[in-house]
Amino acid sequence: MGKWATRAIALAYLAFLLIVPVGIVFYRTFKDGFAPFWDAITTPGAEHAFRVTVEVAVFTVIGNTVFGLIAALLIARCRFPGRWMLNAFIDLPLAVSPVVVGLALILVYGRFEPIGRFLDSHGIKVIFSLPGMVLATIFVSLPLLVRVLVPILEEIGTEQEQAAYTLGASGVQTFRRVTLPAIRWALAYGIVLTLARALGEFGAIAVVSGGLVGKTQTLTLYVQQEFQNFDPVGAYAAAFLLALLAIVALIVINVVRPKEHRS
Amino acid sequence: MTHLDLDLPIARPPAAESRRARRPVSSFGLGLGFVMIYLSLIVLIPLGAVVFRANHDGLSGFWHQITRPDALASLRLTLAAAAIVSLVNAVMGTLIAWVLVRDKFPGQRVIDALIDLPFALPTIVAGLVLLALYGPSSAIHLNFAYTRPAVLLALLFVTLPFVVRSVQPVLMELDQQMEEAAKSLGASPITTFRRVVLPNLVPAILAGTALSFARAISEFGSTVLISGNLPFKTEVAAVHIFGQIESDNPTGAAALSTVLLIVALLVLIAFTLVQRWSARRG
Repeated sequence: MGKWATRAIALAYLAFLLIVPVGIVFYRTFKDGFAPFWDAITTPGAEHAFRVTVEVAVFTVIGNTVFGLIAALLIARCRFPGRWMLNAFIDLPLAVSPVVVGLALILVYGRFEPIGRFLDSHGIKVIFSLPGMVLATIFVSLPLLVRVLVPILEEIGTEQEQAAYTLGASGVQTFRRVTLPAIRWALAYGIVLTLARALGEFGAIAVVSGGLVGKTQTLTLYVQQEFQNFDPVGAYAAAFLLALLAIVALIVINVVRPKEHRS
Repeated sequence: MTHLDLDLPIARPPAAESRRARRPVSSFGLGLGFVMIYLSLIVLIPLGAVVFRANHDGLSGFWHQITRPDALASLRLTLAAAAIVSLVNAVMGTLIAWVLVRDKFPGQRVIDALIDLPFALPTIVAGLVLLALYGPSSAIHLNFAYTRPAVLLALLFVTLPFVVRSVQPVLMELDQQMEEAAKSLGASPITTFRRVVLPNLVPAILAGTALSFARAISEFGSTVLISGNLPFKTEVAAVHIFGQIESDNPTGAAALSTVLLIVALLVLIAFTLVQRWSARRG
């Protein structure tokens, strides 16, 4: 009796908050068949927004993968003064609102700030252009990979790495042949998390991009614009595309995660 | 060996000591240098610039900016909404975790996987999704668009996973013998839960609630479409900051941002303390 009540309450809550609303959006996207959906996501505006989103995500993943690997190795394998501070700094982005991320970058790299002016005079435009959007996305997704890699590195320990060293392997060789294979699934997991976050970022990008249509508009900004221009078909189609990417990422994460426990 | 003379960010046995001594610049130094420059350019200097700009006109200027009626209203709404949402999450998150761990029903694995959806879904899509059921075109004739309940809905949606995902593993590890003992001594299911299960879950519930509070006060994307951003009514702090940036008042935006940063940091410090406390107890 109590069992049925808790189950009913939990499922009803999830249904009304999550499942039915998502279902309605999927239904509305395809209620007139596949053709209107396809037309809506192949407009020049949508295609361009998709391209910008992918560009930002690729640069973000590259930057944060390099950073995440080095930072995780430092935290898991080295003892140095200030290590706890590095740890805390890396978690900092989790406490920052996306809008504040955008503002923070504008206050340094904006055209009216010293550093921004200097870069601008050398022809480098950061704010209202791709570099600023990449910086914003790197900021919000920075902790994800490090937080996945550090526990795995600590768990696998250093025995195999030390064995490689005593057999004469260099640091780079040891990393490539011993450490990297051991953490590859965690690395894949962290990269998918970073990628999913990068594809879906909205707030920070909305501030630094200026949302210039056909220039710095990402898919999430496109959803907002279409919706506010009373074009629900375009908004739903782009939102469905983003949701689909999110669900694929979720499935990949669920497939990758158990593997780590087995190995 | 001092702390700093590791050659690579990988542990190295004493045997390799001699080789390291020949190299003047260690890869440890290079790695740390790269990490610090990357962090500084993207996170630390920009955040410092926010706090610096907030005090552009001195402490009185900062106070003036955050006590403007519209700024204060947005801050009040944000804190109140985040508090309500965190409370609901503490209760519903625990209940959902309980059902996912202790109950068995068909489709459970799918429901379990769906819990992560709000984290994976872009926030702007979250807003759009909620408008589909609770907006002007609602199938069940519930139109919350541009009202305060809409803000709560958006925040509940994006913070759903926090408590569930922090309580779930604790519940799985929990030894059921204690509960059986309580039951055999005549305790009702509710008493058993309250006196035996709940005390073990409290640290996890608190941790999840703290994270959902921190997320709720900084939320932007999901509230944009559904709240209508009406000043004094449905405008949350992040949306107010956005408006101040757009209307060229970076000092005001920075002042309110600083308040949000301080609150979020305090909550995260509380979160860390709760975790240490539970680690000591466990």
